[in-house]
Amino acid sequence: MEFLTEFLGSLSTWGVLLSIGAYGLGMYLQRRSRQQWLNPLLLSSILIIVLLSALRVPYPNFKSSAAPVSYLLLPATVSLAIPLYEQWELLKKNTAAILIGCCCGVVVSLGSIAAMAWILRMERVHSATLLPKSVTTAIGMDVASTLGGMAPLAAAAIILTGIAGNLLAEWVLKVFKIEEPIARGIAIGTSSHAIGTAKALEIGEVEGAMSGLAIAVAGVMTAVFAPVVATLLP
Amino acid sequence: MNFIFQFCRILVMCCLGEILANVLPFPIPASVYGLVLLLAALKTGLYKLEEVRAAGKFLIAIMPMLFIPAAVGVMELWDDLGTMLIPCIVATGPITILVMGLTGLITQNVQRRIGKKGVKDGVPH
Repeated sequence: MEFLTEFLGSLSTWGVLLSIGAYGLGMYLQRRSRQQWLNPLLLSSILIIVLLSALRVPYPNFKSSAAPVSYLLLPATVSLAIPLYEQWELLKKNTAAILIGCCCGVVVSLGSIAAMAWILRMERVHSATLLPKSVTTAIGMDVASTLGGMAPLAAAAIILTGIAGNLLAEWVLKVFKIEEPIARGIAIGTSSHAIGTAKALEIGEVEGAMSGLAIAVAGVMTAVFAPVVATLLP
Repeated sequence: MNFIFQFCRILVMCCLGEILANVLPFPIPASVYGLVLLLAALKTGLYKLEEVRAAGKFLIAIMPMLFIPAAVGVMELWDDLGTMLIPCIVATGPITILVMGLTGLITQNVQRRIGKKGVKDGVPH
């Protein structure tokens, strides 16, 4: 098996191919089975983990080979400015509602993690890791490591939160009777960042743009509020 | 070629965002600076919408896939995941539902209270 690891190390394309291939397979399975919870990101990640573990290929090998995929995350996040620009008029008319909504969402998120940390008597390393779990990976990992948490585990919690938000969004919006497109977008983006936003974009243009906006607003607010809430952790 | 230039225009804002994140003392990451800068470039007319739209929409469309390498990183964290399992489940499930529900309700209430004239469904889907 060491031979395989070494051989793959000499190829530069397999990580990208595996990522796209697994994702494509995930999309196919979701469409074929018509099961919304079969999220392509979740399916493809599990598939790749199983494959790498079975073949004993270490994660760093995959990570460096798949680097071009991660690389696009920054320009993709920045591109969320485009739907925002297209919905500018709507944004301007609803500034107050959007800011108040995001702010409350961030406070609820940080507050409930802090409350859970007290109830479960969590260590600070672990609670600080989960604190920024609702915001986009780039911001969340920074916040977690600044507060003394573990950045890679923070990334995992953030991605799982995103997948949960993506899968639960339509159900939550229905149960809580959230009907305004703007409120729907803000709710999804504040709670489940970019992965949730993918669902918001499916629901509608306004929802998608507002969800993208909420990523930025909630991200910045979390970066500012999290250090304050962190002083309350056990 | 048009597409690669569009991508380049977006990358310029990413790069400026990275520079700002390194120079300024705030704990705000490059992606947020870049997003604000790209929005400013569009608002000021430095970029026209068509000059970035196709590449930007493409990147947004493939965004979930871009998280795969980070998500696979979980495989290195089995040891910590043991102690973190229950907090992780609570944080990703119930707390996400709570945050999403409350954020939506608050936004909707403020919105309806302020703008009784309303812009509900003002934009076609």
